[in-house]
Amino acid sequence: MTIDGASLAVSIAAAAAAGIVGCFAVMRRMALAADAMSHVALPGIGVALALRIHPLFGAAAMLFFGALLIWGVERRARMATETVIGVVFSAALAVGSLMSSGEELVDALFGGAGALGAAEAAFGIAAAALVVIVVLAKRSSLVLALVSPDIARTSGIDPSRLNLLYLEVFALTVALGLRYLGVLLMGSLIIIPAATAKRLARNLSGMFGWSVAVAIVSSGVGTWAAEVLHRPTGPLIISAAAICFLASLVRRPA
Amino acid sequence: MLRAEHEPRARGDGSGGVLPRPLPSAAMADALAVEGLTVTLGRAEIVRSLSFRVPEGTSLAIIGPNGSGKTVLLRALVGSVPSRGRIEWMAGARLGYVPQKLDIGRDVPLSGMDLLLAKKAVAKGGDEVLHVLDRVGLRERDVQKPIGTLSGGQFQRLLVGLALLGRPRVLLLDEPTSGVDIPGQERLNELIRRVQQEEGLTVLLVSHDLSVVFRYADNVLCLARERAWFGPPRHILTPELLTEVYGAPVEFHVHDD
Repeated sequence: MTIDGASLAVSIAAAAAAGIVGCFAVMRRMALAADAMSHVALPGIGVALALRIHPLFGAAAMLFFGALLIWGVERRARMATETVIGVVFSAALAVGSLMSSGEELVDALFGGAGALGAAEAAFGIAAAALVVIVVLAKRSSLVLALVSPDIARTSGIDPSRLNLLYLEVFALTVALGLRYLGVLLMGSLIIIPAATAKRLARNLSGMFGWSVAVAIVSSGVGTWAAEVLHRPTGPLIISAAAICFLASLVRRPA
Repeated sequence: MLRAEHEPRARGDGSGGVLPRPLPSAAMADALAVEGLTVTLGRAEIVRSLSFRVPEGTSLAIIGPNGSGKTVLLRALVGSVPSRGRIEWMAGARLGYVPQKLDIGRDVPLSGMDLLLAKKAVAKGGDEVLHVLDRVGLRERDVQKPIGTLSGGQFQRLLVGLALLGRPRVLLLDEPTSGVDIPGQERLNELIRRVQQEEGLTVLLVSHDLSVVFRYADNVLCLARERAWFGPPRHILTPELLTEVYGAPVEFHVHDD
Protein backbone atom coordinates (compact mmCIF):
# COMPACT_ATOMS: atom_id res chain seq x y z
CA MET A 1 0.00 0.00 0.00
CA THR A 2 1.46 3.33 -0.98
CA ILE A 3 0.26 6.74 -0.03
CA ASP A 4 -0.88 8.60 -3.08
CA GLY A 5 -2.04 12.18 -3.18
CA ALA A 6 -5.65 11.52 -4.06
CA SER A 7 -6.15 8.98 -1.29
CA LEU A 8 -4.56 11.30 1.23
CA ALA A 9 -6.76 14.21 0.17
CA VAL A 10 -9.89 12.10 0.41
CA SER A 11 -8.97 10.72 3.80
CA ILE A 12 -8.29 14.20 5.18
CA ALA A 13 -11.56 15.52 3.76
CA ALA A 14 -13.50 12.54 5.12
CA ALA A 15 -11.83 12.95 8.50
CA ALA A 16 -12.82 16.61 8.64
CA ALA A 17 -16.41 15.71 7.78
CA ALA A 18 -16.43 12.94 10.40
CA GLY A 19 -15.07 15.32 13.01
CA ILE A 20 -17.74 17.94 12.35
CA VAL A 21 -20.67 15.52 12.10
CA GLY A 22 -19.51 13.65 15.20
CA CYS A 23 -19.82 16.72 17.42
CA PHE A 24 -23.60 16.68 17.23
CA ALA A 25 -23.76 12.88 17.30
CA VAL A 26 -21.89 12.87 20.61
CA MET A 27 -23.83 15.76 22.12
CA ARG A 28 -27.10 14.08 21.11
CA ARG A 29 -25.87 10.89 22.76
CA MET A 30 -26.41 8.89 19.60
CA ALA A 31 -23.09 7.07 19.69
CA LEU A 32 -24.87 3.72 19.53
CA ALA A 33 -27.00 4.76 16.58
CA ALA A 34 -23.86 6.01 14.87
CA ASP A 35 -22.12 2.73 15.29
CA ALA A 36 -25.14 0.76 14.18
CA MET A 37 -25.64 2.97 11.16
CA SER A 38 -22.22 2.04 9.89
CA HIS A 39 -23.26 -1.63 9.88
CA VAL A 40 -26.24 -1.03 7.67
CA ALA A 41 -24.00 -0.35 4.70
CA LEU A 42 -22.93 -3.96 4.62
CA PRO A 43 -25.96 -5.60 3.00
CA GLY A 44 -25.85 -2.79 0.43
CA ILE A 45 -22.27 -3.67 -0.40
CA GLY A 46 -23.25 -7.32 -0.68
CA VAL A 47 -26.08 -6.54 -3.10
CA ALA A 48 -23.88 -4.21 -5.12
CA LEU A 49 -21.15 -6.83 -5.45
CA ALA A 50 -23.71 -9.42 -6.50
CA LEU A 51 -25.11 -7.04 -9.12
CA ARG A 52 -21.59 -6.07 -10.18
CA ILE A 53 -22.07 -2.37 -9.56
CA HIS A 54 -19.77 -0.16 -7.52
CA PRO A 55 -20.11 -1.16 -3.84
CA LEU A 56 -20.27 2.51 -2.85
CA PHE A 57 -23.64 2.89 -4.57
CA GLY A 58 -25.08 -0.10 -2.75
CA ALA A 59 -23.73 1.14 0.55
CA ALA A 60 -24.94 4.69 0.01
CA ALA A 61 -28.43 3.49 -0.89
CA MET A 62 -28.66 1.30 2.21
CA LEU A 63 -27.31 4.09 4.41
CA PHE A 64 -29.90 6.46 3.03
CA PHE A 65 -32.66 4.06 4.03
CA GLY A 66 -30.94 3.31 7.32
CA ALA A 67 -31.10 7.00 8.18
CA LEU A 68 -34.78 7.11 7.23
CA LEU A 69 -35.39 4.08 9.42
CA ILE A 70 -33.71 5.59 12.48
CA TRP A 71 -35.61 8.80 11.89
CA GLY A 72 -38.92 6.96 11.71
CA VAL A 73 -38.20 4.96 14.83
CA GLU A 74 -37.14 8.03 16.79
CA ARG A 75 -40.33 9.80 15.82
CA ARG A 76 -42.56 7.00 16.94
CA ALA A 77 -41.16 5.42 20.04
CA ARG A 78 -38.50 7.26 21.97
CA MET A 79 -38.06 4.60 24.58
CA ALA A 80 -37.50 1.72 22.21
CA THR A 81 -35.07 3.43 19.84
CA GLU A 82 -31.92 1.87 21.23
CA THR A 83 -33.42 -1.60 21.27
CA VAL A 84 -34.75 -1.37 17.74
CA ILE A 85 -31.47 0.01 16.49
CA GLY A 86 -29.58 -2.80 18.18
CA VAL A 87 -31.81 -5.46 16.64
CA VAL A 88 -32.18 -4.02 13.14
CA PHE A 89 -28.53 -3.28 12.62
CA SER A 90 -27.20 -6.49 14.04
CA ALA A 91 -29.55 -8.15 11.58
CA ALA A 92 -28.14 -5.96 8.81
CA LEU A 93 -24.67 -7.13 9.71
CA ALA A 94 -25.80 -10.75 9.66
CA VAL A 95 -27.54 -10.44 6.30
CA GLY A 96 -24.65 -8.49 4.89
CA SER A 97 -22.12 -11.08 5.92
CA LEU A 98 -24.22 -13.80 4.30
CA MET A 99 -24.33 -11.87 1.05
CA SER A 100 -20.68 -11.02 0.76
CA SER A 101 -17.83 -13.36 1.27
CA GLY A 102 -14.28 -13.73 2.48
CA GLU A 103 -11.95 -11.03 1.36
CA GLU A 104 -14.71 -8.74 0.12
CA LEU A 105 -16.25 -8.80 3.56
CA VAL A 106 -13.03 -8.02 5.36
CA ASP A 107 -12.42 -5.15 2.94
CA ALA A 108 -15.92 -3.80 3.51
CA LEU A 109 -15.63 -4.04 7.28
CA PHE A 110 -12.12 -2.76 7.80
CA GLY A 111 -11.27 -0.88 4.66
CA GLY A 112 -9.93 -2.13 1.41
CA ALA A 113 -6.60 -1.76 -0.30
CA GLY A 114 -6.12 -0.20 -3.66
CA ALA A 115 -5.74 3.32 -4.94
CA LEU A 116 -8.72 5.55 -5.62
CA GLY A 117 -9.65 6.52 -9.13
CA ALA A 118 -9.79 10.19 -9.99
CA ALA A 119 -13.59 10.17 -10.18
CA GLU A 120 -13.85 8.41 -6.83
CA ALA A 121 -11.51 10.89 -5.23
CA ALA A 122 -13.36 13.87 -6.66
CA PHE A 123 -16.68 12.48 -5.48
CA GLY A 124 -15.27 11.84 -2.02
CA ILE A 125 -13.90 15.34 -1.61
CA ALA A 126 -17.09 16.94 -2.92
CA ALA A 127 -19.25 14.88 -0.58
CA ALA A 128 -17.03 15.69 2.40
CA ALA A 129 -17.23 19.37 1.56
CA LEU A 130 -21.01 19.10 1.32
CA VAL A 131 -21.18 17.48 4.77
CA VAL A 132 -19.04 20.18 6.36
CA ILE A 133 -20.97 22.99 4.68
CA VAL A 134 -24.40 21.62 5.64
CA VAL A 135 -23.48 21.08 9.29
CA LEU A 136 -21.83 24.48 9.64
CA ALA A 137 -24.68 26.23 7.86
CA LYS A 138 -27.22 24.52 10.11
CA ARG A 139 -25.21 24.77 13.30
CA SER A 140 -27.51 27.30 14.97
CA SER A 141 -30.63 25.27 14.26
CA LEU A 142 -28.85 22.08 15.33
CA VAL A 143 -27.78 23.69 18.61
CA LEU A 144 -31.30 24.88 19.42
CA ALA A 145 -32.89 21.55 18.50
CA LEU A 146 -30.23 19.82 20.57
CA VAL A 147 -30.90 21.77 23.75
CA SER A 148 -34.68 21.92 23.45
CA PRO A 149 -37.11 20.95 20.71
CA ASP A 150 -39.55 23.46 22.21
CA ILE A 151 -37.12 26.37 21.89
CA ALA A 152 -36.35 25.17 18.36
CA ARG A 153 -39.98 24.96 17.37
CA THR A 154 -40.90 28.37 18.76
CA SER A 155 -37.90 29.76 16.84
CA GLY A 156 -39.40 28.51 13.59
CA ILE A 157 -37.42 25.30 13.23
CA ASP A 158 -39.07 21.99 12.37
CA PRO A 159 -37.01 19.68 14.63
CA SER A 160 -38.17 16.55 12.84
CA ARG A 161 -37.10 17.73 9.40
CA LEU A 162 -33.83 18.99 10.78
CA ASN A 163 -33.24 15.61 12.38
CA LEU A 164 -33.79 13.84 9.07
CA LEU A 165 -31.37 16.18 7.35
CA TYR A 166 -28.78 15.51 10.04
CA LEU A 167 -29.18 11.74 9.84
CA GLU A 168 -28.80 11.79 6.06
CA VAL A 169 -25.67 13.91 6.33
CA PHE A 170 -24.45 11.45 8.91
CA ALA A 171 -25.15 8.54 6.53
CA LEU A 172 -23.26 10.31 3.77
CA THR A 173 -20.29 10.70 6.09
CA VAL A 174 -20.30 6.98 6.83
CA ALA A 175 -20.42 6.26 3.11
CA LEU A 176 -17.41 8.53 2.65
CA GLY A 177 -15.25 6.45 4.88
CA LEU A 178 -16.14 3.23 3.22
CA ARG A 179 -13.22 2.95 0.90
CA TYR A 180 -10.41 3.62 3.26
CA LEU A 181 -11.73 2.79 6.74
CA GLY A 182 -14.42 0.23 6.15
CA VAL A 183 -17.95 0.44 7.47
CA LEU A 184 -17.20 -0.76 10.99
CA LEU A 185 -14.46 1.76 11.54
CA MET A 186 -16.05 4.85 10.00
CA GLY A 187 -18.57 4.98 12.83
CA SER A 188 -15.61 5.10 15.19
CA LEU A 189 -13.94 7.95 13.31
CA ILE A 190 -17.15 9.93 13.71
CA ILE A 191 -17.54 9.23 17.42
CA ILE A 192 -14.05 9.05 18.95
CA PRO A 193 -12.64 12.44 17.86
CA ALA A 194 -15.87 14.15 18.88
CA ALA A 195 -15.88 12.36 22.23
CA THR A 196 -12.31 13.56 22.73
CA ALA A 197 -13.30 17.09 21.77
CA LYS A 198 -16.21 17.04 24.19
CA ARG A 199 -13.77 16.56 27.04
CA LEU A 200 -11.39 19.28 25.92
CA ALA A 201 -13.60 22.05 24.55
CA ARG A 202 -15.48 24.77 26.41
CA ASN A 203 -17.68 25.96 23.59
CA LEU A 204 -19.01 24.92 20.20
CA SER A 205 -16.19 26.34 18.10
CA GLY A 206 -13.69 24.66 20.39
CA MET A 207 -15.50 21.38 19.99
CA PHE A 208 -15.49 21.63 16.21
CA GLY A 209 -11.81 22.52 16.23
CA TRP A 210 -10.66 19.76 18.54
CA SER A 211 -12.81 17.14 16.84
CA VAL A 212 -11.60 17.94 13.34
CA ALA A 213 -8.00 18.17 14.53
CA VAL A 214 -8.13 14.80 16.27
CA ALA A 215 -9.81 13.17 13.26
CA ILE A 216 -7.30 14.55 10.76
CA VAL A 217 -4.25 13.89 12.91
CA SER A 218 -5.44 10.33 13.56
CA SER A 219 -5.97 9.79 9.84
CA GLY A 220 -2.51 11.13 9.02
CA VAL A 221 -0.76 9.17 11.77
CA GLY A 222 -2.70 6.02 10.92
CA THR A 223 -1.90 6.28 7.23
CA TRP A 224 1.76 6.86 7.97
CA ALA A 225 1.91 4.01 10.48
CA ALA A 226 0.26 1.67 7.99
CA GLU A 227 3.03 2.47 5.55
CA VAL A 228 5.77 1.85 8.08
CA LEU A 229 4.27 -1.21 9.78
CA HIS A 230 2.75 -2.77 6.64
CA ARG A 231 -0.58 -3.10 8.36
CA PRO A 232 -4.11 -2.09 7.22
CA THR A 233 -4.78 1.64 7.47
CA GLY A 234 -8.25 1.68 9.02
CA PRO A 235 -7.50 -0.05 12.31
CA LEU A 236 -4.39 2.11 12.78
CA ILE A 237 -6.37 5.32 12.24
CA ILE A 238 -8.91 4.28 14.85
CA SER A 239 -6.14 3.21 17.24
CA ALA A 240 -4.59 6.66 16.88
CA ALA A 241 -7.95 8.31 17.60
CA ALA A 242 -8.46 6.05 20.61
CA ILE A 243 -5.06 7.09 21.98
CA CYS A 244 -6.11 10.74 21.66
CA PHE A 245 -9.28 9.96 23.58
CA LEU A 246 -7.36 8.19 26.34
CA ALA A 247 -5.01 11.16 26.55
CA SER A 248 -8.00 13.48 26.95
CA LEU A 249 -9.09 11.50 29.99
CA VAL A 250 -6.00 12.73 31.82
CA ARG A 251 -7.35 16.23 31.74
CA ARG A 252 -10.23 16.97 34.05
CA PRO A 253 -13.43 17.97 32.26
CA ALA A 254 -13.69 21.71 31.77
CA MET B 1 -43.55 12.19 30.35
CA LEU B 2 -45.75 9.25 29.64
CA ARG B 3 -46.25 7.53 32.92
CA ALA B 4 -48.47 4.77 34.17
CA GLU B 5 -50.16 7.06 36.62
CA HIS B 6 -51.92 8.79 33.78
CA GLU B 7 -53.65 5.61 32.80
CA PRO B 8 -56.61 5.63 35.21
CA ARG B 9 -57.38 9.16 34.16
CA ALA B 10 -57.97 8.16 30.60
CA ARG B 11 -60.65 5.81 31.77
CA GLY B 12 -62.42 8.41 33.84
CA ASP B 13 -66.13 8.89 33.75
CA GLY B 14 -65.94 11.24 30.82
CA SER B 15 -67.78 14.01 32.59
CA GLY B 16 -64.73 15.85 33.84
CA GLY B 17 -62.45 18.20 32.07
CA VAL B 18 -64.97 20.77 31.00
CA LEU B 19 -64.54 24.13 32.56
CA PRO B 20 -66.52 27.06 33.63
CA ARG B 21 -66.72 29.44 30.71
CA PRO B 22 -63.73 31.69 30.42
CA LEU B 23 -64.24 35.22 31.57
CA PRO B 24 -65.32 37.51 28.77
CA SER B 25 -62.65 39.98 27.89
CA ALA B 26 -64.35 42.95 26.42
CA ALA B 27 -61.57 45.30 25.45
CA MET B 28 -58.61 43.10 24.70
CA ALA B 29 -58.08 40.71 21.85
CA ASP B 30 -57.07 37.19 22.74
CA ALA B 31 -53.42 36.27 22.39
CA LEU B 32 -54.50 32.67 22.59
CA ALA B 33 -57.83 30.89 22.30
CA VAL B 34 -58.07 27.18 23.05
CA GLU B 35 -61.19 25.13 22.38
CA GLY B 36 -61.72 21.48 23.20
CA LEU B 37 -58.03 20.68 23.42
CA THR B 38 -57.26 17.02 24.01
CA VAL B 39 -53.75 15.61 24.23
CA THR B 40 -53.21 11.88 24.16
CA LEU B 41 -49.83 10.30 24.76
CA GLY B 42 -49.82 6.60 24.07
CA ARG B 43 -53.19 5.51 25.39
CA ALA B 44 -53.39 8.04 28.18
CA GLU B 45 -55.38 11.22 27.84
CA ILE B 46 -53.16 13.78 29.51
CA VAL B 47 -55.31 16.81 28.75
CA ARG B 48 -58.98 16.40 28.05
CA SER B 49 -61.31 18.78 26.25
CA LEU B 50 -59.74 21.91 27.63
CA SER B 51 -60.99 25.38 26.72
CA PHE B 52 -59.59 28.73 27.83
CA ARG B 53 -58.55 32.12 26.57
CA VAL B 54 -55.60 34.34 27.28
CA PRO B 55 -56.26 38.02 26.54
CA GLU B 56 -53.31 39.85 25.05
CA GLY B 57 -50.99 41.38 27.63
CA THR B 58 -52.31 39.31 30.53
CA SER B 59 -50.67 36.50 32.40
CA LEU B 60 -52.05 33.01 32.81
CA ALA B 61 -50.69 30.76 35.53
CA ILE B 62 -50.97 27.02 34.99
CA ILE B 63 -50.94 25.09 38.25
CA GLY B 64 -51.69 21.57 39.39
CA PRO B 65 -50.05 18.59 41.02
CA ASN B 66 -47.15 16.69 39.44
CA GLY B 67 -48.26 14.62 36.49
CA SER B 68 -51.37 16.70 35.84
CA GLY B 69 -50.15 17.61 32.36
CA LYS B 70 -48.89 21.17 32.76
CA THR B 71 -45.73 20.69 30.69
CA VAL B 72 -47.60 18.59 28.14
CA LEU B 73 -50.16 21.35 27.76
CA LEU B 74 -47.49 23.99 27.23
CA ARG B 75 -45.72 21.81 24.67
CA ALA B 76 -48.99 21.06 22.88
CA LEU B 77 -49.67 24.80 22.62
CA VAL B 78 -46.47 25.32 20.63
CA GLY B 79 -47.01 22.21 18.51
CA SER B 80 -44.29 20.03 20.04
CA VAL B 81 -46.88 17.47 21.11
CA PRO B 82 -49.70 16.41 18.77
CA SER B 83 -53.17 17.34 19.97
CA ARG B 84 -56.80 17.54 18.91
CA GLY B 85 -58.99 20.60 19.21
CA ARG B 86 -58.38 24.22 18.32
CA ILE B 87 -55.33 26.25 19.30
CA GLU B 88 -55.44 29.76 17.92
CA TRP B 89 -52.61 32.19 18.49
CA MET B 90 -53.11 35.82 17.58
CA ALA B 91 -51.81 36.77 14.15
CA GLY B 92 -48.07 37.27 14.12
CA ALA B 93 -47.60 35.94 17.63
CA ARG B 94 -43.92 35.34 18.16
CA LEU B 95 -43.40 32.89 20.97
CA GLY B 96 -40.55 32.69 23.45
CA TYR B 97 -40.27 29.39 25.29
CA VAL B 98 -38.48 28.71 28.55
CA PRO B 99 -38.36 24.93 29.02
CA GLN B 100 -38.27 23.27 32.40
CA LYS B 101 -34.95 21.68 31.58
CA LEU B 102 -32.67 21.20 28.63
CA ASP B 103 -32.28 17.86 26.89
CA ILE B 104 -28.52 17.76 27.28
CA GLY B 105 -26.04 16.75 29.96
CA ARG B 106 -24.18 19.32 32.04
CA ASP B 107 -20.88 18.24 30.48
CA VAL B 108 -21.74 19.40 26.97
CA PRO B 109 -19.24 21.99 25.73
CA LEU B 110 -21.73 24.68 24.81
CA SER B 111 -21.37 28.14 26.26
CA GLY B 112 -24.26 30.43 27.06
CA MET B 113 -23.02 32.59 24.20
CA ASP B 114 -23.28 29.61 21.81
CA LEU B 115 -26.97 29.30 22.68
CA LEU B 116 -27.63 33.04 22.44
CA LEU B 117 -25.87 33.37 19.08
CA ALA B 118 -27.70 30.31 17.76
CA LYS B 119 -31.04 31.78 18.78
CA LYS B 120 -30.17 35.14 17.33
CA ALA B 121 -29.10 33.57 14.03
CA VAL B 122 -32.29 31.53 13.75
CA ALA B 123 -34.72 34.17 15.01
CA LYS B 124 -33.25 36.80 12.66
CA GLY B 125 -33.48 40.39 13.68
CA GLY B 126 -34.47 41.26 17.20
CA ASP B 127 -32.35 42.49 20.03
CA GLU B 128 -28.63 42.43 20.30
CA VAL B 129 -27.23 39.71 22.52
CA LEU B 130 -25.52 42.20 24.82
CA HIS B 131 -28.75 44.11 25.30
CA VAL B 132 -30.58 40.94 26.30
CA LEU B 133 -27.79 39.98 28.69
CA ASP B 134 -28.16 43.32 30.36
CA ARG B 135 -31.91 42.88 30.73
CA VAL B 136 -31.65 39.49 32.38
CA GLY B 137 -28.76 40.57 34.58
CA LEU B 138 -25.98 38.39 33.18
CA ARG B 139 -22.44 39.52 32.45
CA GLU B 140 -20.67 38.67 29.23
CA ARG B 141 -18.12 36.57 31.06
CA ASP B 142 -20.90 34.50 32.67
CA VAL B 143 -22.07 33.34 29.27
CA GLN B 144 -18.58 32.64 27.94
CA LYS B 145 -18.43 29.66 30.30
CA PRO B 146 -19.89 26.22 29.54
CA ILE B 147 -23.56 26.19 30.53
CA GLY B 148 -22.94 23.32 32.93
CA THR B 149 -20.91 25.65 35.16
CA LEU B 150 -23.64 28.27 35.61
CA SER B 151 -25.53 28.52 38.89
CA GLY B 152 -29.21 27.58 38.88
CA GLY B 153 -30.26 31.22 38.87
CA GLN B 154 -27.84 32.24 36.13
CA PHE B 155 -28.93 29.30 34.01
CA GLN B 156 -32.61 30.17 34.28
CA ARG B 157 -31.89 33.82 33.48
CA LEU B 158 -29.96 32.62 30.43
CA LEU B 159 -33.04 30.66 29.33
CA VAL B 160 -35.24 33.72 29.78
CA GLY B 161 -32.71 35.74 27.79
CA LEU B 162 -32.82 33.14 25.02
CA ALA B 163 -36.60 33.39 24.92
CA LEU B 164 -36.42 37.20 24.77
CA LEU B 165 -33.95 37.27 21.86
CA GLY B 166 -36.54 36.78 19.13
CA ARG B 167 -38.58 39.79 20.37
CA PRO B 168 -41.50 37.57 21.37
CA ARG B 169 -45.04 38.80 21.97
CA VAL B 170 -45.83 35.81 24.15
CA LEU B 171 -43.62 34.14 26.76
CA LEU B 172 -44.24 30.56 27.79
CA LEU B 173 -42.35 29.59 30.93
CA ASP B 174 -42.28 26.10 32.40
CA GLU B 175 -41.39 26.40 36.08
CA PRO B 176 -38.69 29.00 35.48
CA THR B 177 -37.75 29.15 39.17
CA SER B 178 -37.22 25.44 39.77
CA GLY B 179 -33.79 24.62 41.13
CA VAL B 180 -33.17 28.26 42.05
CA ASP B 181 -32.54 29.55 45.58
CA ILE B 182 -35.03 31.92 47.21
CA PRO B 183 -33.31 35.23 46.37
CA GLY B 184 -32.79 33.90 42.84
CA GLN B 185 -36.48 33.05 42.58
CA GLU B 186 -37.48 36.53 43.61
CA ARG B 187 -35.07 37.98 41.11
CA LEU B 188 -36.48 35.81 38.32
CA ASN B 189 -40.09 36.61 39.18
CA GLU B 190 -39.20 40.27 39.26
CA LEU B 191 -37.45 39.96 35.89
CA ILE B 192 -40.38 38.21 34.24
CA ARG B 193 -42.80 40.73 35.70
CA ARG B 194 -40.66 43.64 34.50
CA VAL B 195 -40.27 42.46 30.88
CA GLN B 196 -43.95 41.67 30.73
CA GLN B 197 -44.88 45.18 31.81
CA GLU B 198 -42.28 46.96 29.72
CA GLU B 199 -43.24 45.23 26.51
CA GLY B 200 -46.85 44.33 27.14
CA LEU B 201 -46.08 40.65 26.74
CA THR B 202 -48.60 37.92 27.22
CA VAL B 203 -47.27 35.37 29.71
CA LEU B 204 -48.15 31.70 30.21
CA LEU B 205 -46.43 30.47 33.34
CA VAL B 206 -46.36 26.98 34.81
CA SER B 207 -45.67 27.41 38.50
CA HIS B 208 -45.83 25.64 41.83
CA ASP B 209 -45.48 28.86 43.76
CA LEU B 210 -49.06 29.75 44.62
CA SER B 211 -48.08 33.00 46.35
CA VAL B 212 -46.55 34.24 43.11
CA VAL B 213 -49.53 32.99 41.14
CA PHE B 214 -51.95 34.76 43.44
CA ARG B 215 -50.00 37.97 43.27
CA TYR B 216 -49.18 38.20 39.59
CA ALA B 217 -51.50 36.09 37.49
CA ASP B 218 -54.58 37.55 35.87
CA ASN B 219 -56.06 34.12 35.36
CA VAL B 220 -55.31 30.67 36.68
CA LEU B 221 -55.71 27.38 34.90
CA CYS B 222 -55.68 24.57 37.44
CA LEU B 223 -55.17 21.08 36.04
CA ALA B 224 -55.98 17.97 38.02
CA ARG B 225 -56.34 14.33 37.18
CA GLU B 226 -59.98 14.37 36.22
CA ARG B 227 -60.81 17.95 35.50
CA ALA B 228 -59.60 21.49 35.21
CA TRP B 229 -60.61 24.92 36.47
CA PHE B 230 -60.11 28.31 34.90
CA GLY B 231 -60.66 31.77 36.32
CA PRO B 232 -59.10 34.64 38.24
CA PRO B 233 -56.87 33.67 41.18
CA ARG B 234 -59.45 34.64 43.82
CA HIS B 235 -61.90 32.14 42.40
CA ILE B 236 -59.45 29.33 41.83
CA LEU B 237 -57.03 29.54 44.73
CA THR B 238 -59.59 28.75 47.41
CA PRO B 239 -58.74 26.36 50.28
CA GLU B 240 -61.54 24.02 49.23
CA LEU B 241 -60.52 23.75 45.61
CA LEU B 242 -56.81 23.42 46.40
CA THR B 243 -57.51 20.65 48.90
CA GLU B 244 -59.55 18.85 46.28
CA VAL B 245 -56.90 19.23 43.61
CA TYR B 246 -53.81 18.47 45.65
CA GLY B 247 -55.43 15.93 47.94
CA ALA B 248 -54.22 17.82 51.02
CA PRO B 249 -54.58 21.32 52.41
CA VAL B 250 -52.22 23.73 50.66
CA GLU B 251 -51.19 26.96 52.29
CA PHE B 252 -49.73 30.00 50.67
CA HIS B 253 -49.19 33.60 51.60
CA VAL B 254 -51.39 36.28 50.20
CA HIS B 255 -49.74 39.65 49.99
CA ASP B 256 -52.33 42.33 50.35
CA ASP B 257 -50.59 44.98 48.40
